[in-house]
Amino acid sequence: MGKRSFNKTPMREQAPEVRQHNFKEVALGYNMEEGQLEAARCLQCKDAPCITHCPVMIDIPGFIRQIKLGNMAEASKILSRYTNLPAICGRVCPQEKQCEMVCRLGRSKKFEPVAIGKLERLVADWELDQPTDVTDVPKDKGKVAVIGAGPSGLTVAGDLAKIGYDVTIYEALQAPGGVLTYGIPEFRLPKRIVRKEIEQITEQGVKIETDAVVGKTITMDEIMHDFDACYIGVGAGTPNFLGIPGTNLNGVYSSSEYLTRINLMHGYEFPKYDTPVQQSKHVVVIGGGNVAMDSARSARRLGADTVTVIYRRSSEELPARVEEYQHSVQEGIQYSWLTNPVEYLSDEDGNLKGVKCIKMKLGEPDDSGRRRPEPIPGSEFTIKADTAIEAIGQGPNKVLLDTFPELNKNKWGYIDADEQTCATSVPGVFAGGDIVTGAATVILAMGAGKIAAKEIDQYVKSHHSMATV
Amino acid sequence: MYKITERTVLSEREIEFWIIAPRVAAKAQPGQFVILQVDQFGERIPLTVCETDEASGQIRVIFQVIGKSTAELKHLNAGDELQDVVGPLGKPTEIKNYGTVLVVGGGVGIAVLYPVIRGLKQAGNHVITILGAKTKDLVILREECAMYSDELILVTDDGSLGQKGLVTDAMKAVFAREEINQAWAIGPGIMMRYCTDVATKAEVPIYVSLNPIMIDGTGMCGCCRVLVNDQIKFACVDGPEFLGDQVDWDGFIQRMHQYHPEEEEAYQAYQEKQVQLNG
Ligand SMILES: Cc1cc2nc3c(=O)[nH]c(=O)nc-3n(C[C@H](O)[C@H](O)[C@H](O)COP(=O)(O)OP(=O)(O)OC[C@H]3O[C@@H](n4cnc5c(N)ncnc54)[C@H](O)[C@@H]3O)c2cc1C
Ligand SMILES: Cc1cc2nc3c(=O)[nH]c(=O)nc-3n(C[C@H](O)[C@H](O)[C@H](O)COP(=O)(O)OP(=O)(O)OC[C@H]3O[C@@H](n4cnc5c(N)ncnc54)[C@H](O)[C@@H]3O)c2cc1C
Ligand code: SF4
Ligand code: SF4
Ligand code: FES
Ligand SMILES: [Mg+2]
Repeated sequence: MGKRSFNKTPMREQAPEVRQHNFKEVALGYNMEEGQLEAARCLQCKDAPCITHCPVMIDIPGFIRQIKLGNMAEASKILSRYTNLPAICGRVCPQEKQCEMVCRLGRSKKFEPVAIGKLERLVADWELDQPTDVTDVPKDKGKVAVIGAGPSGLTVAGDLAKIGYDVTIYEALQAPGGVLTYGIPEFRLPKRIVRKEIEQITEQGVKIETDAVVGKTITMDEIMHDFDACYIGVGAGTPNFLGIPGTNLNGVYSSSEYLTRINLMHGYEFPKYDTPVQQSKHVVVIGGGNVAMDSARSARRLGADTVTVIYRRSSEELPARVEEYQHSVQEGIQYSWLTNPVEYLSDEDGNLKGVKCIKMKLGEPDDSGRRRPEPIPGSEFTIKADTAIEAIGQGPNKVLLDTFPELNKNKWGYIDADEQTCATSVPGVFAGGDIVTGAATVILAMGAGKIAAKEIDQYVKSHHSMATV
Repeated sequence: MYKITERTVLSEREIEFWIIAPRVAAKAQPGQFVILQVDQFGERIPLTVCETDEASGQIRVIFQVIGKSTAELKHLNAGDELQDVVGPLGKPTEIKNYGTVLVVGGGVGIAVLYPVIRGLKQAGNHVITILGAKTKDLVILREECAMYSDELILVTDDGSLGQKGLVTDAMKAVFAREEINQAWAIGPGIMMRYCTDVATKAEVPIYVSLNPIMIDGTGMCGCCRVLVNDQIKFACVDGPEFLGDQVDWDGFIQRMHQYHPEEEEAYQAYQEKQVQLNG
């Protein structure tokens, strides 16, 4: 074995000049050789810190060792013990804040951490091309309903089906996947990958019923009556608006609408697909998270001449993943730091023509420990824009919650569920993912699903045994 | 898949479907709607549930052909299947006994109004109904509305049926002679706005049913937002019915035009394709 390279083995990418005009995946993945090269960088630590910083505690040195040995089937088997969606997490996990942040190799100044996420993706993509071996478990342990086919619900369902539960997922939209399908764009997470990972779950015998809005199409009463237990994973899918003057002008979007038009409805392929999305020239995106990056980079791909992200704090506080930020800069996205919008300006027909902004400065730290941005009086200026996209966060979706007052909520309106067990105030009803934590990450939503599957199994078993006493 | 069992042409531009959608049929109440999608390429199209037949699991919808998606619907026949029908969505109309109610429907809005009329009558109200359209043939569901109305007033722009004039004229006449406890107006935005003005002047509370552009219909995208009482409301979950005098009409009407260029492009391309296919 040669010397460890200081840097991660680079992953091939579409060139920025090319990719800013298409929706194909940016990062092209490792081939076997690159993967083995990267795997060889891992120190195979004894009490590997990377494991404890993965929300689902994947045996990271274990699977990496198998890659190094060229034993992909074994690597895949290890992954599958911990995660149901490795091809997705390998792509979108904020690795630099989790497993890779504490990687022992990366601790020494000269070295970058092992590219754990990219290696996970390599194994998962290999696995997706293999025939699934479905162990045909009789589904006789009980009936469980899962509400919402996002990463959290899919995980609960997959885990319970594997151990013999008859599971039905109810999904409001026409397609499963949650944010993976309607939010995260194709160029970061190809829908083909999402579909395949979902197929692996349905092949375990999970039924997915789309077009089923629980609270409307089916009531919670019916669910509680027809099933032994249920899991609520409906996400945090209601967009917030700043509510500044002009919010209802044509051309002002929530990121949820913008991305749903593009991803779920394929607006970027209009008119082959019927749902339109605005053809903008000058786009302003408000916010600094992954959702803002996704909106900005999508606008670029739809052909906008200028795309400006305005963020009220400075580049150091940017919550988006570094990799996404860097990708966006390469694609020509501009940033206006310490800037807040104050008003949307209208032309004579009610279309957006500009965003009036104010400069901010950082003051004293707030509750979150970050310095609070404050407006600088008299610093207003206008950015020309025909489209503005607000990516300032989501709140709990109330369609189900409003019909189910028995369920306790916390002060932000999210479901009050025990972190250790996902249990709610209603016996037999479990909850997890964004509807409990507020907008978070795929891996945390999946982690909650893993916990809930174990707890639901316990619950149903004890219930059955009580019933037979 | 959701099968279309019956297709009826009601007017030059209005078509009626019965569709098998048992879950919706079991739950839909007046004022609620479904979203349907023809196939994976299609838009999500919101349409009001006009009637249900729970026993056979069917729902009835009536649509006006105004663009690409509704034109495509028009070309479907009994026996064809829709990829998706989801619902019932939105809040139901607040049906109760108000006393005497005045309900006003215009154009295809009559299809949206009809279940409201029926509900109000069954709840014991004295129902006065005004139906209006450009011309005689466009006044749909006349007999059915009459069945559940204590009084039915017909109005056409050209005088080909009933009174010649506008529904607001007929409203004023009713307000002048009768005490009305609650009113409804459902139709084009402009009509609902003027009806609101007339009712508000007469100090009668009036509900309107807003039909902004929607995508998911579950409160997830914020596309359907309207300002009501100066607050952002999502018509798909907080509505579609709101008190007319609280609606920001300018904002609502202007947002309906957001995609005109794209809609025209799509409709034209579709019509050209139809011409090519059918000669
Ligand atoms: C644009 C964007 C980019 C993101 N990027 C990243 C990233 O790079 N990395 C990362 O880790 N995280 C990212 N996230 C966050 C991540 O996607 C979420 O934390 C995660 O999807 C939450 O999963 P969930 O299963 O709790 O809910 P969701 O994914 O929101 O799924 C909930 C599902 O429930 C359905 N539903 C809602 N109400 C009902 C009802 N009443 N009946 C039936 N079904 C219902 C919804 O339609 C939806 O399909 C991003 C989020 C967005 C919006
Ligand atoms: C709650 C609700 C109930 C409705 N009930 C009925 C009904 O019972 N019968 C009926 O004929 N119509 C109804 N509509 C309107 C109907 O959905 C639109 O006419 C239809 O979607 C237009 O599609 P199109 O592609 O044929 O027309 P387009 O050419 O695309 O659009 C024509 C106009 O319709 C409106 N529109 C376009 N897309 C949408 C959309 N996704 N959602 C809402 N409006 C849109 C816009 O103002 C647009 O300018 C309802 C709408 C809503 C929101
Ligand atoms: S799931 Fe996420 S945190 Fe865990 S190993 Fe994979 S990339 Fe790291
Ligand atoms: S901490 Fe880094 S080097 Fe150590 S086992 Fe984990 S990935 Fe390998
Ligand atoms: S249609 Fe998306 S929130 Fe109402
Ligand atoms: Mg259309």
